[in-house]
Amino acid sequence: MTPDLDPMILAIFLPLFGAIAAFMLPRAAALIGLVTLAMTTGAVFWLAQRVLASGAVIVPLGGWGAPLGIDLRADGLSVAMLLLTSAVGFLVSVAALDSLKGADQARQRQYFWPLWLLLLTGMNGVYLSTDIFNLYVMIEVIALAAVGLTVLSGTKAALRAGLEYMYASILGALLFLMGVGFVYMQAGRLDFAGLIAAEPSAAMSAALALMIVGLLLKTALFPLHFWLPAAHANATAPASALLSGLVVKAALYIFLRLTTYMPLPDEILITLIGALGAGAVLWGGLQALRAERLKLLVAWSTVVQIGLIFIAFARAGQVGLAESWKAAALLILAHGVAKAAMFLAAGRIKDEIGHDRIRDLDRAPVRPTLAQFTFALAAISLIGLPPSLGFIGKWSLMEGAMAAGYWHWVAITMIGTFMSVAYFSRVLSAFLRFDRVRAPVGEHQGWALADAAPLTLALTAIGLGLMAAPILRFIEIGYPFGAAL
Amino acid sequence: MTPDLIYGVTGIAVFGIGLVGALCAQERLRRVLALKLCSVGAGFLLVVGAWREPPDTPDPVPHALVITGIVVMVSATAVALALIRRLQTLEAEDDA
Repeated sequence: MTPDLDPMILAIFLPLFGAIAAFMLPRAAALIGLVTLAMTTGAVFWLAQRVLASGAVIVPLGGWGAPLGIDLRADGLSVAMLLLTSAVGFLVSVAALDSLKGADQARQRQYFWPLWLLLLTGMNGVYLSTDIFNLYVMIEVIALAAVGLTVLSGTKAALRAGLEYMYASILGALLFLMGVGFVYMQAGRLDFAGLIAAEPSAAMSAALALMIVGLLLKTALFPLHFWLPAAHANATAPASALLSGLVVKAALYIFLRLTTYMPLPDEILITLIGALGAGAVLWGGLQALRAERLKLLVAWSTVVQIGLIFIAFARAGQVGLAESWKAAALLILAHGVAKAAMFLAAGRIKDEIGHDRIRDLDRAPVRPTLAQFTFALAAISLIGLPPSLGFIGKWSLMEGAMAAGYWHWVAITMIGTFMSVAYFSRVLSAFLRFDRVRAPVGEHQGWALADAAPLTLALTAIGLGLMAAPILRFIEIGYPFGAAL
Repeated sequence: MTPDLIYGVTGIAVFGIGLVGALCAQERLRRVLALKLCSVGAGFLLVVGAWREPPDTPDPVPHALVITGIVVMVSATAVALALIRRLQTLEAEDDA
């Protein structure tokens, strides 16, 4: 079999070659980046069509199947993640064209594209991998590219945050690698089918625990979130949008996958994961209420949303896991789109007003109306107001928790929602107050074509809520995951 | 105590020392070195997993994994060191 032009192979190798080309031809980097993204998105759509038509598809790389070779596999969930990555990635790239156009940003322009395409390679690789060592390599690729994007601006704060991120990321990956070693010694193979077939044992549980802790560190679940707020708040706007909207999702996705192949051995563990999620919602909410900078507030809101996704995972305990992953997946998709929009909007507001101190936002004579509108729309999805996708995600979280009688998860979700209304109101009310401005307000200043991409993302976050039923049907294709292997 | 058990426990211990260092050390360079220790421990464990009682040949798959792990860690270390140097230069400029 010669899988020479398979969409899965294209989805991984197009961005890789694009990254190399963009690195070698820095003058054409933006053009190469956009063309590569468009082609990758095309490949993902091709793959989506194939999965819709015939269910999960598998490609053995080089004709060597698992367990010795490496398989790529695409099903509904992985294609949904791929679509999220390439669609959000494309719009963020369009926005990056504008936000990196300054004369002093030549270096950023030069390195943004290769790093971002490398990041895309790693993420597409994660969503298509079927063995855990491959996943380890891919999360390291993601980590290196993501750290590069974090420090792109070259400021001291960004470098410090990037270094901290690097430590956390590498440590998470090494914990994962340790788990991989345990699995190999126990099961003798590393592909997902091997994980399903493996006998549950103490060593396998230890392996799962190591891998999960590593992933939680990389996805920044409370109390392992310490690196996230500084890293996401200090990066340049398009990098923040990619890091917050997409990068943390890769580790979350691996977590969802692993827990379906290697069921968590104990109800207590699931409750513990939910409790950590609750901690994230409360602590992240408090910090967002206290944040002085707009981008820091948005970064803390990411911590909250990650917690919420883990609550969705734990909402109905062990018996509910077969359904709960869908609620978590919906929240992942909703957060990916809305948070990318919000970070881009925050970046635009910072560019137009010149600072992002929340306290002084209502003193600004310039009001970048479209960016503010985008911010509000993204906030609607993150708070979870209907008809946004965030609403559907939260609703299915609470519905499952109520059906299982786990009212504490409902209570935490409600508290988290109230807190998110409170901290986003801090920003939104500043947008609407005009009585503290001394100069005449230029209400319609600061519109730019650059607002188009974030606005599209925010409108998508709201509009996708109306398509929740088809999305749910789509991510179920190929479930249960083991069946098609 | 069989040799593979001794080596296996050693691998886990080395990983543990690295873990403590990575979480508790203050200096930037020390934390990088601690992370290197972690990777050595994990690699050690994989090599032990490849070991077989002498007449049998060792399992080559974990060896391949360790080599990949080493390559990944070399590049990660390079990036971390580059970041530290850059940060140090910036901080030195501030002091001057």
